[in-house]
Amino acid sequence: MHRNKSLALAASAVAGSLVLAACGSGGPSSGGGKISDDKVVLGLLNDQSGVYKDLSGPNSKVAIQMAVDDYKAKYGDKAVAKNIEIITADHQNKPDIANTKAQEMYDRQKADIILDVPTSSAALAVATQAKAKKKLFIDIGAGTTALTGAQCNKYTFHWAYDTGMLAAGTGGALVADGGKNWSIVYPDYAFGQDMTKSFSAAVEKAGGTVQQKIATPFPNDNFATFITKAGSTNPDVVGIMAAGGDLINFIKQYNQAGMADKARLAVGLMFITDIHSLGVEAFKNTVFTDAWYWNFDDQNRAWADKFKEKTNTRPSFAHAGNYSAALNYLEAVQATGTDDADAVVKELEGKKINDVFLRNGEVRAADHNVTHDVYQVKVKSKDQVKEEWDYEEVLKTVPASEAYAPPSPECKM
Amino acid sequence: MIFGVLGVVNFSHGACYMLGAMIAAILLRDTGMTFWVALVVVPLVMFVIGVLMERLLVRWLLGLDPLYNFLLTFGLTLFTVDLMKREYGVSSLPYPVPDALQGRVSLGSLELSVYQIFAAAFSVLVCVVVWLVLTKTRVGMIVRASTEDAERSRALGINVARWVTPVFGFGIALAGLAGVLAAPTRSVNADMGSFFVIILFATVVIGGLGSILGAVVAGFLVGLVEAYGQAYAPSYAQVLIFVLMALVILFRPAGLFGREETA
Repeated sequence: MHRNKSLALAASAVAGSLVLAACGSGGPSSGGGKISDDKVVLGLLNDQSGVYKDLSGPNSKVAIQMAVDDYKAKYGDKAVAKNIEIITADHQNKPDIANTKAQEMYDRQKADIILDVPTSSAALAVATQAKAKKKLFIDIGAGTTALTGAQCNKYTFHWAYDTGMLAAGTGGALVADGGKNWSIVYPDYAFGQDMTKSFSAAVEKAGGTVQQKIATPFPNDNFATFITKAGSTNPDVVGIMAAGGDLINFIKQYNQAGMADKARLAVGLMFITDIHSLGVEAFKNTVFTDAWYWNFDDQNRAWADKFKEKTNTRPSFAHAGNYSAALNYLEAVQATGTDDADAVVKELEGKKINDVFLRNGEVRAADHNVTHDVYQVKVKSKDQVKEEWDYEEVLKTVPASEAYAPPSPECKM
Repeated sequence: MIFGVLGVVNFSHGACYMLGAMIAAILLRDTGMTFWVALVVVPLVMFVIGVLMERLLVRWLLGLDPLYNFLLTFGLTLFTVDLMKREYGVSSLPYPVPDALQGRVSLGSLELSVYQIFAAAFSVLVCVVVWLVLTKTRVGMIVRASTEDAERSRALGINVARWVTPVFGFGIALAGLAGVLAAPTRSVNADMGSFFVIILFATVVIGGLGSILGAVVAGFLVGLVEAYGQAYAPSYAQVLIFVLMALVILFRPAGLFGREETA
């Protein structure tokens, strides 16, 4: 009896202190204006050291800083967010690390928003944290459609691309161009399987056939057998769904096997950094879908020039996407006068955006997928390249309505 | 060979292979050094690196349990890979097939790229040369004698310790050479050696630790098992290699060509 009583006492003491703590943390933010902790904290969580370092990584911090500078220059004294801090962390492409780092950013470092997060499994882990903590998350680097499908939530937005859009842009367009018969080679893990599913659907929808779907180990450095197998049905198009170093292994061996002359090569997901690392000759006639290209028009180029001044390299679409997401977040804070997540979400939902990254962009309210015009591009031949990083010839702008599938019925906010 | 002569289990081969390819690619970028020159220069550079490794690090652990050197070389691998990442990023460096080896030849139903044929022929040549040096020359005799029985060789007046450094350097140089040969067909980046080590280890175990013939035969065997595995049962291709390894260990604990006493 006595013991129960003391337990109850202890419990109520704990509960009391929790209530006090909650009041304590609520105090300064309600007293000190509408910006929590008197500053807006942007958290960049991505791969700072591994395979995706070059295509986004530390240079995305530069891009976000450019957004902050542009925001401050635009609003000056009228800026709602006077103190803006950018914090970064390395998630090493591992979902468990991403999960811990996201908690740390939201709770301890008072991040108001987390940006980027490449690698689908890591992105889904952060989306779960965003939902639990009721804080914003805008994903740029990951491709999975699950972020705006079965695992969508109120606080998560998907800004730059997804596997469905890549498939519609590349798969659909190549079939229309005469590439009816496909062999698809894919790494046997979540991303590769997701890509293969999206591409098969897009190819079949456009009237083509997928003759073979060939799974390979991941990672892998010898594709000889798979290339022979892919070529055995004389396909018009060989689709490769590998990324990073594996993609480069595949392409080198594909060219050496003489396949480049026999079938067109479609790359599922390619970043300009991949072309830079191999040189344009290796990618002769390769077609892929890009979310953004730095040398597409004067507006993009002007931004890319500023980026180059700071980094001595040209931006990938992920860099431009991080800039756009950070800037539009700050604009939403400006418009609502607060960094309160619910208010910002409300402001962003349904917003139509045209900026350096998004053309005919729309933040879809139904699933928080940010749709925009994307580009079907071909890798330039060596004599077409006029300067370093001038690698892509835009064949066609794919309008947002064609590039993105309608909101998935699986998404329930 | 390094294991045979020194009793050192060298786990850094993957990193040396990567270094070989990276050095070739960096030299190509910065000095325009061609593939042919790299085939000579890179192994020399790697030899020096190997000698330094042996003199500065490996040597001090020779008297201890082989596990210490295993750990040392493993640590060196991690260190080297991260250092290269830090200096040269993670994207692959370009390394084209040399012009003279472009193109393909048709052998009946089979079409091979000239480079593949060259790489295969060159590897065989290197194997033959190493084998000849080991069996036909005085140096080879000393190395083999030291491998066979270091104690007795010493008793017969051979300065075994003198040969330790060059043999180690030579092993590292060969790994670097493999890297140069691989550069035109693989992505050249800091991580390229990582898969290689585990397969390599399986190969060495199957062939028998310290046996050169064993390593060659096992190399072909592993290659064939992997290729057929990928063609007929892709999900099991990598497992098959280790099944093969397990079977070999089960029936011949010293490996196909290993001697019982080294096991």
